[in-house]
Parts: sequence; C-alpha cells; structure tokens
Amino acid sequence: MKERIIKWFFTVLAFASLVFLVGIIIVLFKEGMPIFKTVSVQEFLFGKSWYPTFVPAEFGILPLLLASLWVSMGAMLICVPLGVGSALYLNEIASPRQKSLLKPLVEILASIPSIVYGFFGMVILAPFLQDLLHLPIGLCAFTASLVLGIMATPTVCSIAEDALSYVPRAFKEASFAVGANRWQTLVKVTIPAAGSGISTAIILGMSRAIGETMTVLMVAGGAAAIPRSFFDPVRPMTAAIASEMGEAPMGGEHYHALFAIALILFLITFVFNIIAEIASRRYRIKLGLSG
Amino acid sequence: MKKDITQKIGFGFVSLCMFITIFFLFAIIYFISTRGIKVISWEFLTQAPRNAMTQGGVAPAIVGTFYLTLCAILFAFPLGIACAIYLCEYSPKNYVVNLIRVSINNLAGVPSVVFGLFGLTVFVKFFGFGVSILSGSLSLGILILPIIISAAQEALLAVPQSLREASVALGATKWQTIKKIVFPAALPGILTGVILSIGRVAGETAPILFTAAAFYLRGYPKSIFQEVMALPYHIYALMTEGTHPKEQSAIAYGCCLILLFLVLLVSGIAIFIRQRQRSYYHG
Amino acid sequence: MDENAIIKIKAQNINFFYGRQQALKNINLDILANNVTAIIGPSGCGKSTFIRLLNRMNELVPNTTLSGQIYLDCCNIINSSVDPAEVRRRVGMVFQKPNPFPKSIFDNISYGLQVNGIKNKEFIEERVTESLKKAALWDEVKSRLNESALKLSGGQQQRLCIARCLAIKPEVLLFDEPCASLDPISTAKIEELITDLKKEYTTVIVTHNMQQAARISDKTAFFLLGELIEVGDTHRLFTAPKDKKTEAYITGRFG
Repeated sequence: MKERIIKWFFTVLAFASLVFLVGIIIVLFKEGMPIFKTVSVQEFLFGKSWYPTFVPAEFGILPLLLASLWVSMGAMLICVPLGVGSALYLNEIASPRQKSLLKPLVEILASIPSIVYGFFGMVILAPFLQDLLHLPIGLCAFTASLVLGIMATPTVCSIAEDALSYVPRAFKEASFAVGANRWQTLVKVTIPAAGSGISTAIILGMSRAIGETMTVLMVAGGAAAIPRSFFDPVRPMTAAIASEMGEAPMGGEHYHALFAIALILFLITFVFNIIAEIASRRYRIKLGLSG
Repeated sequence: MKKDITQKIGFGFVSLCMFITIFFLFAIIYFISTRGIKVISWEFLTQAPRNAMTQGGVAPAIVGTFYLTLCAILFAFPLGIACAIYLCEYSPKNYVVNLIRVSINNLAGVPSVVFGLFGLTVFVKFFGFGVSILSGSLSLGILILPIIISAAQEALLAVPQSLREASVALGATKWQTIKKIVFPAALPGILTGVILSIGRVAGETAPILFTAAAFYLRGYPKSIFQEVMALPYHIYALMTEGTHPKEQSAIAYGCCLILLFLVLLVSGIAIFIRQRQRSYYHG
Repeated sequence: MDENAIIKIKAQNINFFYGRQQALKNINLDILANNVTAIIGPSGCGKSTFIRLLNRMNELVPNTTLSGQIYLDCCNIINSSVDPAEVRRRVGMVFQKPNPFPKSIFDNISYGLQVNGIKNKEFIEERVTESLKKAALWDEVKSRLNESALKLSGGQQQRLCIARCLAIKPEVLLFDEPCASLDPISTAKIEELITDLKKEYTTVIVTHNMQQAARISDKTAFFLLGELIEVGDTHRLFTAPKDKKTEAYITGRFG
C-alpha cells in the first residue's frame, strides 16, 4: 500500500516537464493569437515593416524573422566547422591526457553565461571588427553571428564527440586492415557512421543559436529592417521580445504581437528539437544501442 | 604519397579548429579579467551603487543573484530528482514514458526568453506573485529542470543493477532499495549535476527580465515577493540603459568578472568532480 | 529418491518466456530440505533463470511470462497475492559477482534486518556477529566492521554477501555461480562454507563447473536448452547417467 502511494507520487511529479511544456504552449497561444484579429497570419509573417508603436501600428515580422535566420546561419558557418572539427580532434588525435584536459575546457566554454558573451561581443569584439573591417557600425549581424557561433561551438562539439565515441572500434579496424590511413578512415568510415549523430549536434546547435537572447540583444545592433548584408545591424526575434516587452502595454496589440513572435520562435525550435530527436534515435538504432 | 598529404592537411585543419575553440575561451577570460580586476575592491563587493550608478559597489546584485539561484534550485532539485527516479526506477517502457522523455528534451530546447514570457504570464500575473524573487526563480527553475533531470538520470543509471538485485533479494521493497541503496550511491553524481545547473541559473538573464529583475534598488530584498537586482541583468542594464557610459562600462566589467568567476568556479568544481567519478566507475 | 526426505521446494510445470522466446520448458523439479542441489548445464540452458524464479527475482526483468506452480513448503509462491518481499526473506540469494553495497561491512550485514523493520540495536549487533561467524569471515573483519565493504578482496566480498543473506535467517539459500569470478583458494573456502551450511539450510547452487557440483552437492539436475534432462543423486548422475545427453555433457562432448 505504502509502495503504491510512493509510486503514484513519483509518477505525478514525473509529469512536471510535460505540464510545463504544455503550459508554455498554452500561454503562447492564448497570449499570441489575439494579434491575428488585427493582422492576418500572412501579413504578420511576411509583412516587411515592424512598427509596433506607430499610429497606425504595423506588425510585419519578416525583418525579425530574417534577422534570426541570417544571424543563426552565420553562426552555423562558424560553429559547425569549429564544433565538429574540435570533436574530431578530441576523438581522433588527442591523447587520453590531452583529452582529459581539453574536454573540461570545452565544457567550461559552454558554461559561460550568455550575458558574458554578449558583453564580450559588445565591448571588445564589435569595436575590434569595426576597426579591422572599416564597418560603419560594429554591432551588426556579422558580429552577432560570430559571438553566437562561438557560443554554440561547445554544444556542437560535445554532442558530436559523443556520437563519434559510439562508433564501434571494429568499423575503424576493418578500414585500417585494408590499408586506409587514419584520415581516410575518419572521412570514409567514422564520419558516415556517426552521421546522424553529428546532424543531431548541428541541429541542436542551430536551435540554441536561434533561441539565444541576450547575446543578440546586445550585439546585433537592433535595427528592425530587412537585412541586406551581413554587416547591417539587425533585430532578431528574441531581441525584439526582450527589448520591447518592457514597454509594451499589457494586453495591448504590441504585447500580443510579441507573444506571437515567441510562438513562432517556439515552433521553430520545437521542430528542430523533434528532428534532432528523430535523428538521434535513428542513430542509436543503427548502431544497435537501445532505442 | 598523396593520401598522406591529405591526412596532414586534414589533421591540421581539425587541430586548428580545436585551437580556435580553446583560444576563444582564454580570450574571453583574459579580456574580462584584466579589465574587470581594476574596479574590484572590497567596497565594490560590499556596497550598494551610488550617484546614478557611477560609483559604489554591486553588493545588492550579488545578493540578488544568490537569492534567485538558491530559490530556483530549491524548486527544481526535488522535482528533477523525483522525475529522474520515476524514469529510471519505476517507469514501465511505454508511450507515457516516451512522452515524458520527449517533453524533457523539448523543454531543454525552449529559448530562454520564452521562459521569461511564461513566467510573466503565469507567475507574475496569473498567480499574482508580481515581479519578484519568487516569479523569477520559478521561471529559472523550469529552465534548469531538464538539466537536473538528465544529470540525475545519468547518475542513477550508473548505479550497478547488481546492487538493486542484492537489496531486493534481501526482502527490501522497491522504495527501500531506492532510498537506502540507489539514491545514496547516485548522490555524488546528482550533486555534480546540481552544481552545474547552479552555474547556469546564476548567469541566465532572459527569464528574469520581466519576472524578477530591477535596474536599481536601494536596499536588500526582505521577502521573496520583492523584486531584486541581479548580476547578469545589472550588466545588461548598465550597458544599454545607462546614462554615464564611461563609468558604467567599468562597473559592468567588474560585474562581468564577478559573474564569470562565480560561474567558472562552480562549473569547474562540478566538472572536476565528475571527471574523477567517471574514472572511478570505469576502474 | 529418498522416501523420508522432506520436499522443501516443488516446481511444477514451469514454463517461462523472455518476450516470445521460451527459456524454460515444462520443468518439474523437487528440492529436498537440508540438501545441496546442484544445477548444471551449458550456458544459456536456463539454469540461472530457473533459480531466479525461486525467489521471484525474474519479476525485475520486464516482458516476461511465467506459468506453473512453485511450492515453498506448501504455499504457492508464484501466486500474485503472495508478497514477493516475503518470499525473498525466506529464500536468500548469492549472486555470480560479489555485490556488496557501497557501505560499511556492518551496514551491509544489518541492511536486511533494517529493511525488515528490526530496530533493536543489540539484537542487530548480535546477529551481525553471528552471521559473519557462520560465513567464516568474522576473524578477518572483526576489527574493521566500520570500514567500507568495497575494500575487501573478491573472495571476502562474496563471503560477506553470504553473511548478508544469513543475517535474515532464510530457509533456503540460492547460489547463482557464486565462484565464477573467484580464485581457487577463495572458491575452496566458499565450497567448504556451503557444505557447512547445509545442516541448517536447503541449498540450491547453479554452476557450470562439474567438479564443483560433484564435490559439494547431494543431488544434481542437468538442464539443456531450457529443459530438465535428468535429475538424481550426484554420485549416480556422474557415474551412471541415464540419458545420452547427460552423458555427453559430463564427458565433455559439448558445453
């Protein structure tokens, strides 16, 4: 009897995550949907101007959406080679001693708060790049991509390294046995075998980059216009929410519009996470680990 | 031979990637600490800000970060452990458990600013906690719940099945086995996970933007229903809303150094302990 | 079989499945009180699966099905109304790999008493001493009862696990290849111990080592591919097996 009560107790608490996730979805829908009484979904998603406080207000989030994608894509260009490259180094080249030193360092890089990255980007990287590249302004999509890329690198690296370490030794030995060298084995056997594991890492890195808030808020420049080059200042979705929520009157159109942006953002990351989940499950089944 | 040259180039590229990654870590630490150390003093650590935040210290922000972190952990720790225990010890393998697993993974991927919006709607407004330590730490708590759960799960799974069998074979019930054998054996691992999540909570900014943080407060908070200053928010506020950029960016450097130091210290300890434990389990 | 012996455990028509795979096929076996019964057979023959049924350990494995009856004295322990914890108190088990808890030696032995609700300190201390003596470990550990059990050698750990079992005074002792991971000297000590304990306990031992079975058991049962091929007095089974398959196994033609 006592055992039953205890089991029941744990079962109920175990649902907490589900409850919070569903709660988040409900909140976003409930507070975000009212904006679509004012503008249509199409106008909202593809409208080119975001002037929420003008009279009459305009709620087109295309500039914000593009800014998010722009900045995240840029970040991916940095964190995918760096992260996967570092993972390959850890897995293939590093001696056990080196590995036991480098892996914690990568984890420490991951534990640096985003506000510190943002601050670093704002006061050090941005002025530096402005001088170096003769930019009109250092706070722009390029700088934001760079900082986000550095931030996402440890995420990509750790997950990719895990995936690589699951590749059975027998695969590699078979390749060495036919005269392949280490690099050929890596490119032709290990990486393809760990492929879906590495793609999980990339997708989660992307998800992290697109959802990152403080860094882009401080570094991206903040202009809510459609970006034309990598060196334009931009305002990604997360930055718009964080910076405008304080001024948006509660329950007003602007307020609902910001929740609707959060909803779009949530759906994007949700899709990424589901894809990552499927990829990692497929990977585990492929290597015969438990599903 | 051609393939050896390819190998050299390939390995060179891969090594360069590793180098750049580690380079950034040291670059960040170097720049923040050399410039931040100049403003750090006893006064800076123990006094409240003065003169429109151009002088004085940041003690209220340090204290606020401490309160927020403590409350968030107090909320998320028991919940996370209970969830991990259910998943590792009780769960039958069925679709309900899969659903819970999927929702944990997805919760881990939700952008941090969304937790802020959730906290604003649910804790600040719906439950009427207002902009307060309570609202902020609940929002932060939900954010770190997945981290605590997965750390605890990893620790519980590392406890050998043979110990559970030994206990059950002596006539212990499931709960006795968990309470007296499995949980104590997993505790060091669980604590490492908790320490890591402390580092994460202390540095998070977006979830407390609309739920807990205040730009400037005169005194220290007296109850969990008051708003607080917090280090990460303080840095943000100084850099974006300040009126005296020169003096304030120096203070921001100081705050950044304190935050970086705290977070790196805490995660460094956790990572160190974990590495020792892993080698212990693997003989 | 000896007509006067008391049957302690009676297994009737046991069929057992892991998922869809049948691990035990219609097993009928009587285990006599105060006897050592050895179960031999090649790996994968179901011998471990069988003794894990006797204290309902297989319930911890998901996706299994069981049919048949197992009587302990005269009560069917497989019945779902019987508390498995109660069965396990009466039927103790020693595992293949020594599995002491990461606690002190004293706490390891007293654990079974504590989980069964015994709080009297003096009683616990007495019982711990008694169990360690019975398991022939007392002299080696009496001065360091508060040290971690993980510091003991493999053979000592296994005797500790036996003492841990004895502390709750079971009626039956199950040994699942108790010497599989031990050196010959530790093995000899454990075998001696099993022989001593038979006066008080009904013992079932699973082993893949035929010499061991021959040395310590009174009865031997031979399992092959989930079936019970032959059971009888150990001496008789090893010298004059009735079944061709038993003969093939004990003369080393397979397994």
